[in-house]
Amino acid sequence: MKFKTQKIAYWFFLSALGLLTLQIIYGFIMGFAHMGIDGLHGIIPFNAARAVHTNLLVCWLLLGFMGSAYYIIPEESQNELFSPKLAYIQLISFLAVGVTAVIAYHLNWWEGRKFLEIPRPLDYLVVVNVLAFLYNILMTLFKGKKQTTTALVLAMGLLFSALLYLPGMIWFDSQTLDSFYRWYVVHLWVEGVWELIMGGILAFLLIKITGVDREVIEKWLYVIVGLTFLSGILGTGHHYYYIGAPSYWLWIGGIFSALEPLAFLAMALFALNMYRKGEKKHPNKAALNWTLGAAITSFVGAGLLGAAHTLPNVNLYTHGTLVTAMHGHMAFWGAYAMIVLAIIAYAMPNITGRKLYDNNMARYAFWLSNIGMIGMTVAFGVAGVAQVYMERILGVDFMETQKEIEPHFLVLVLCATGFTTGVILYIINFFQHGKPTDEALVSE
Amino acid sequence: MLTKSQAKLFFLAGTIIFSVLFLGLSYDTHVNHVANQPYEKTITPAVIAGKHLWEDNNCMGCHSIFGEGAYYAPELTKVIDRRGEGYVKGLLMSPTPWGEHTSGRKMVAYGFSDEDAQNLVEYFKWAGTVDLNGFPAKPKYKIEGNK
Repeated sequence: MKFKTQKIAYWFFLSALGLLTLQIIYGFIMGFAHMGIDGLHGIIPFNAARAVHTNLLVCWLLLGFMGSAYYIIPEESQNELFSPKLAYIQLISFLAVGVTAVIAYHLNWWEGRKFLEIPRPLDYLVVVNVLAFLYNILMTLFKGKKQTTTALVLAMGLLFSALLYLPGMIWFDSQTLDSFYRWYVVHLWVEGVWELIMGGILAFLLIKITGVDREVIEKWLYVIVGLTFLSGILGTGHHYYYIGAPSYWLWIGGIFSALEPLAFLAMALFALNMYRKGEKKHPNKAALNWTLGAAITSFVGAGLLGAAHTLPNVNLYTHGTLVTAMHGHMAFWGAYAMIVLAIIAYAMPNITGRKLYDNNMARYAFWLSNIGMIGMTVAFGVAGVAQVYMERILGVDFMETQKEIEPHFLVLVLCATGFTTGVILYIINFFQHGKPTDEALVSE
Repeated sequence: MLTKSQAKLFFLAGTIIFSVLFLGLSYDTHVNHVANQPYEKTITPAVIAGKHLWEDNNCMGCHSIFGEGAYYAPELTKVIDRRGEGYVKGLLMSPTPWGEHTSGRKMVAYGFSDEDAQNLVEYFKWAGTVDLNGFPAKPKYKIEGNK
């Protein structure tokens, strides 16, 4: 690393991996419940497990993004972080809010709106926290020697994520309008501004790993984030098909969400091409695997599997079924989880000074988790398609259908075990790097 | 060949144009369409109270409404048509969990008061009146005996 304050990223990455572990535990509770084994119902009912599972995902990804920003922004702007103290306060308070929310869900305290379950008073704390984070990052950027495109795109993604959180806090008496504006947050985060963050991190990693000229990489970064917004903003329409919004959303949402895979395809081709063009072969193979893996898996999970059920006449039958869970798992894994794991894999040797670039554990972590996730996606897909045909086409009762598809959840849990083994290996590998140290400072 | 400044222009112009379009369509949806629908005028205080209960208990964590929520328990947009008011209200007021005597899925026993249960029923009845562009679709091949 080049600046002492980049070390702060370590604590964000450590916390992110902690929450990922907890997220996976709750995922297992849900998998067993779907299998018909719901023994924990008395203390952790399904709705609590689900709120914890999805909210921890958002929390650890945000911590991962923040950690990435604390690592990348000083290096890109060639400046120490504006306030390391604020960063630590911000991390501790973020974790405190997250833990309070998790406990609250077990005590039936929430604002039960999908993905935005966090109780209202905690919402305000999240806003204050994110503002503190943004202040720190933007001050670092503007006091720095340089403002690179990569840093600006990353900062822009973070800033818009904060702004887009606000429409989700407005109360509507109408379920239609409630849902309509809730997607401003959820869709425009994951299929909009988060892709700016992903693009920014990806560009940074490609510059470092492939050695391709910054100007070339950043030019294509603009094209990719341009394609993302071109398709993704009106692509929000695919959430407006069946919630009481006007029918013009059927064709607007249909056309633009059919274009959404293009942005992900561009991202995958971009990453692969830069890798092929690059003359510098960075020795950090683990970071390379995760970086290229993120670009390819996000195209499959977010792009292709999203497109598979996004057209209105298909979605009429798949809307609100396990088909959505199939797409959701691989999309979040490929696009966001893997890019966070990529930047962690890249940053760890640099902030600890231990160059564990290429070892068996890192390789097994990558392949096991990915093969496990592919298996989970297939299990969700089979269960989802069976559900659609039985319940939506043949009119079999919901609970009877669920009983019939229980065996697919055994497959899901088995694949999830493989996935989890991969994640555990990744975490062991993380700890093998040791703690961050100033001795890891290098001038260039 | 595309230059970096052209790429930047493509990004900025595309983002601004599509953001403006999206905001315009949102305005049209909210003000010109949804606000004028007959079902928007039948949102009574009981429906609103029911929506609060729906959210305060995170019903969406298992069920779905308008197809949105979780996939662990039934879709509830047309639940009153399907099950009748009495069944739904009884279940909401029950002091014992649904599915208690099975090893499988259960529902938390909320034991709602008569008034709260009625408010939730009003919320479901209202949800059943919203024009959802054909959702939930009628099964194509309805099997005899299925509910």
